[in-house]
Amino acid sequence: MLTLQCPYCGVDADETELSPGGEAHLKRFGPGSTDEEFEDYLFARQNPKGVHFERWRHAYGCGKWFLAARCTMTLEVFGTYSAQTTEPPQTIKDAITAKRPGWTWGTLS
Amino acid sequence: MSEPVTELGGKVVEGWVTVRDAGLCGMITLRGDLESKAVKDICKKVTGVAFPKPLSAGADGRSGLCWMSPDEMLVMVPYADVQMALSDIHSALQGTHYAAENVSDARSVMFLEGAGAREVVAKLAPVDLHPDHFKVGDFRRSRLGQVAAAFWMRDEETFEIVCFRSVGDYCFSLLSASAEAGPVSVF
Repeated sequence: MLTLQCPYCGVDADETELSPGGEAHLKRFGPGSTDEEFEDYLFARQNPKGVHFERWRHAYGCGKWFLAARCTMTLEVFGTYSAQTTEPPQTIKDAITAKRPGWTWGTLS
Repeated sequence: MSEPVTELGGKVVEGWVTVRDAGLCGMITLRGDLESKAVKDICKKVTGVAFPKPLSAGADGRSGLCWMSPDEMLVMVPYADVQMALSDIHSALQGTHYAAENVSDARSVMFLEGAGAREVVAKLAPVDLHPDHFKVGDFRRSRLGQVAAAFWMRDEETFEIVCFRSVGDYCFSLLSASAEAGPVSVF
């Protein structure tokens, strides 16, 4: 079972209280972008074995969207953080590096 | 004018733990900056209850304040006083970024009474309800069975439960079934 701490209300929320929102840190390509960029934005997703960043919504609780860093292989949660950011905070990156030295994810590492 | 009624029509199921329709409750959803003095002051003024900390609630009779989320407060007042409380809120917060709406008839409220109330809820919600963790005054939005609900402990033997009116009957039946099934003695 997955338990994520909501960074807005501080509740340790059970998976059944949450709604998954797919991959985090997507950059939108809309009007004016090339077809390849638009296709990537719509369809191309990472499918890592290991470190992953996701969006979750505390749907049955405070209703806020937040971001989570976790491992898809062990289900270990490295941390959750505010959705009002374009990149994971350094504390989250450090927590991942401590457990998974040399990790990469997209352009992040 | 039509006479307001609750969705549960005053239903009571007595037993090891009693499930009771709380009757008509005045409820106002107030969204805004909960850190601001104006919001804190008007909440205290219309309810007479101290402004609650995050994840908690407080009540005095039918008036109370429930912390719903970092920007939302559920203001509870006697049913007949809702319009007055709402206009007080509007005049106090005018010009600031906020939203206040009367949701009295969009919600169902019920009470769980009895020493086993904690167990009745614990069987239905993915929440740690151990006495060391969930105490009197603690408020939690979560789910009961398959529906969204919020609950808090008014005292050691009383839970107050708020859910959407459309699922009020489901919620009441669920709690009654949980109460009827008896204790599981985990606490």
